[in-house]
Amino acid sequence: MAQCPECEANVDVAGLIVGEIIFCPDCNAELEVLNVEQPEVGLAPEVEEDWGE
Amino acid sequence: MRLAILASRIRVEEKSLIEALRQREIDFEIIDDGELLFDLAQPDARWRSFDAVLCRSVSQSRGLAVLHVLEHWGIPVFNSAAVTALCNDKLLTTLALMQAGVPVPQTMLAFDAERTIEGIEKLGYPAVLKPISGSWGRLLARVNDRDAAEAIVEHQETLGGYQHHIHYIQQYVEKPSRDIRAFVVGNRTICAIYRASQHWVTNTARGAVTENCPVTPELDRLCVRAAQAVGGGILAVDVLEDPEQGFLVNEINATMEFRNSIAPTGVNIPLEMIEYVVSSVSERVTL
Repeated sequence: MAQCPECEANVDVAGLIVGEIIFCPDCNAELEVLNVEQPEVGLAPEVEEDWGE
Repeated sequence: MRLAILASRIRVEEKSLIEALRQREIDFEIIDDGELLFDLAQPDARWRSFDAVLCRSVSQSRGLAVLHVLEHWGIPVFNSAAVTALCNDKLLTTLALMQAGVPVPQTMLAFDAERTIEGIEKLGYPAVLKPISGSWGRLLARVNDRDAAEAIVEHQETLGGYQHHIHYIQQYVEKPSRDIRAFVVGNRTICAIYRASQHWVTNTARGAVTENCPVTPELDRLCVRAAQAVGGGILAVDVLEDPEQGFLVNEINATMEFRNSIAPTGVNIPLEMIEYVVSSVSERVTL
């Protein structure tokens, strides 16, 4: 289990891919999967002005 | 065959591309654009191990920079840096479409507040102001009267960066509460959707609802011409339906999102994308 950096809730990253964006089940913070082997998530980056299609 | 997907984050689109690659049993690697460090004079072995790189960066500036470097090193990329640069810039896209004779909404360009308002009034209210770069319908403004025009232009001049001081002014198209997004892969329009919304901005990123749009021969020809006008590849062409002028091509996206378009069209868009990359690379090898 990874730990949400915002609220410290346990976050399951099993079966996910590094770089995937998920939401914390407790506080709903937007999280980015950083590592699945040694479970780690971080706060997802904020949308920037040049993001798009 | 070995491919790389350049990504900033793994969205539904990237996951479906990964699934398509697995389905085709193609060896691949996901590369996080945030982790890159290029020595421009020395392409490293990692990049040379790929037959092609598919750019899926959500950051348009970052993705374009990487494409330029990889092309410089002779690594096939999709879409090309030139196509991506054109599509990232609404002014360049409009000019390319006009040069190819593709119908576009009437567009004006100004650099000064007074001239911008003059341009808006020449087009007539309502008119649309857009940043020349940007996506997802951000910072679009429908200008309904002179008071709004003065306020928005003042905000752009005061608060915006230098790019917001290039005022791209577009005719407001009285579209039927929807627009069309057509997916062009190579020389085919593989499918299209209607994006319907009660709001005048009909991006799915802004909540528009999607449904299948039949690809008529007319729509196919127009969208393929539009895609070729910017250099071709894997492109999403946004089309407006004007009651008097018919189809008008509004813009073209080089790093298209398609999560809401697979179900209504029944077309496996990510698989079509991968097949196109594979066949393009195979053709190059044959040549």
